[in-house]
Amino acid sequence: MRIVVVGASLAGVRTVEALRRRGSDADVVLVGAEPGSADGVAADRPPLSKAFLADAAVEARPLTDRERLGALGVELVHGRAVDLDRDRRRVGLHGGESIAYDRLVVATGSTPRTVPGLEPRAGVWTLRTAADAAAIRAAAPEGARVVVVGGGFIGAEVAWTLHGLGRSVALVEPLPALMVRGLGPELGAALTRRHAAAGVDLHMGAGVAALEGGDRVTGVRLTDGALLPADLVVLGLGTVPETGWLASSGLDLRDGVVCDERLAAVGAEDVWAVGDVARWRHPRAGEDVRVEHWTNAVETAGVVAANLTGTPTVHDAVPYVWSDQLGARLQVFGRVRPGDELRVVVGDLEDGFVAISGSEGRLRAAVGFGALKALLPFRKLLLAGAGWDEALAAA
Amino acid sequence: MRVTVDLGACQGHGVCHMSAPDVFELDETDGHAIVVQDPVPAELEADAQLGADSCPERAITVLT
Repeated sequence: MRIVVVGASLAGVRTVEALRRRGSDADVVLVGAEPGSADGVAADRPPLSKAFLADAAVEARPLTDRERLGALGVELVHGRAVDLDRDRRRVGLHGGESIAYDRLVVATGSTPRTVPGLEPRAGVWTLRTAADAAAIRAAAPEGARVVVVGGGFIGAEVAWTLHGLGRSVALVEPLPALMVRGLGPELGAALTRRHAAAGVDLHMGAGVAALEGGDRVTGVRLTDGALLPADLVVLGLGTVPETGWLASSGLDLRDGVVCDERLAAVGAEDVWAVGDVARWRHPRAGEDVRVEHWTNAVETAGVVAANLTGTPTVHDAVPYVWSDQLGARLQVFGRVRPGDELRVVVGDLEDGFVAISGSEGRLRAAVGFGALKALLPFRKLLLAGAGWDEALAAA
Repeated sequence: MRVTVDLGACQGHGVCHMSAPDVFELDETDGHAIVVQDPVPAELEADAQLGADSCPERAITVLT
């Protein structure tokens, strides 16, 4: 049995580690192509928009290396997969070589979204890799004027981190508030007010008309005509799953590799997916989801390793994401879905708070900001599948 | 199996508790992980390992 894991970031690395921990004696190959990495293995990403971005003295933490993989009996191949031949069970690599597999685990993650006119060029960056973060830090010396385009978690964290370094930071987001997709409009608005109060120059509900400047960006022109001068532009427009190399594979690709509850690719019992690239039927949510969070990468690795070592397992975890900004920790368990009811159950939105959201009589999400202790009971209720009334009664 | 938590590294995410509620409790005041089964009984070893793997700060060490 030969298991090939394509993608050497968190989900892929944790998959090969979990396979060995579960006693798999298969030949295991890990294929990595992380840009800027000497061996193709990625660094742990959460610090890249936080401590690593803020401080050149903080070192990136590689998720593993050739020596540690060797000790596990895992072969590391530094190469980029460019296609998949499922009939011959081979992964084609850039340069013409190919690797045979009996079981394939797709762990190629996601890549920053760009839109026409908003592509990286001199002074314009996306943030995915340690190399990206180091470049952004180097491009934002004292006195630099930064414009962040996109107000999701990454955009808000980058803005906060660079603001904390004393840089002049403007943030442009077409939606009315920050982090609306992750937090819903009410909580997003509350944190938006706090970013504004702290001195981040927010342009909510604004679109980008054009990037100004020739070879090197000099500013961002908004759709309302305003011009934001910029020495540096950071694009935080979300990510898209890295499935280009699977285009001719015949796999069902719809915003990710479509998988069943066990993370097996639909219609292909020998192909599995982990991390950002996997779209699966979530048993608890009852819908197909794709989750781009750190914790999901770890959990999916464990699920696929279990399935590949003879323990049938479904991926039914409650999603968890955290963010460090505004001097506190934001924690989201579950998903705040559009239209779900929201209730602040502890504290208030101008200070530390816990909020819950739900629909159809179910508790769906619990969100805490600077309020871990108060969040704990609601997280427990969420894990237990509690009803909305039960959750309100616990407030 | 034994597990230890580096309280200097623990940031109170609480993910270990979600993965292995019978092994890791959370401090009521700051959310830091507390090992409540040490050594870990055989039937909880898989959960404990999962909890350690799930720590975003890699604050949990497993000794086998």
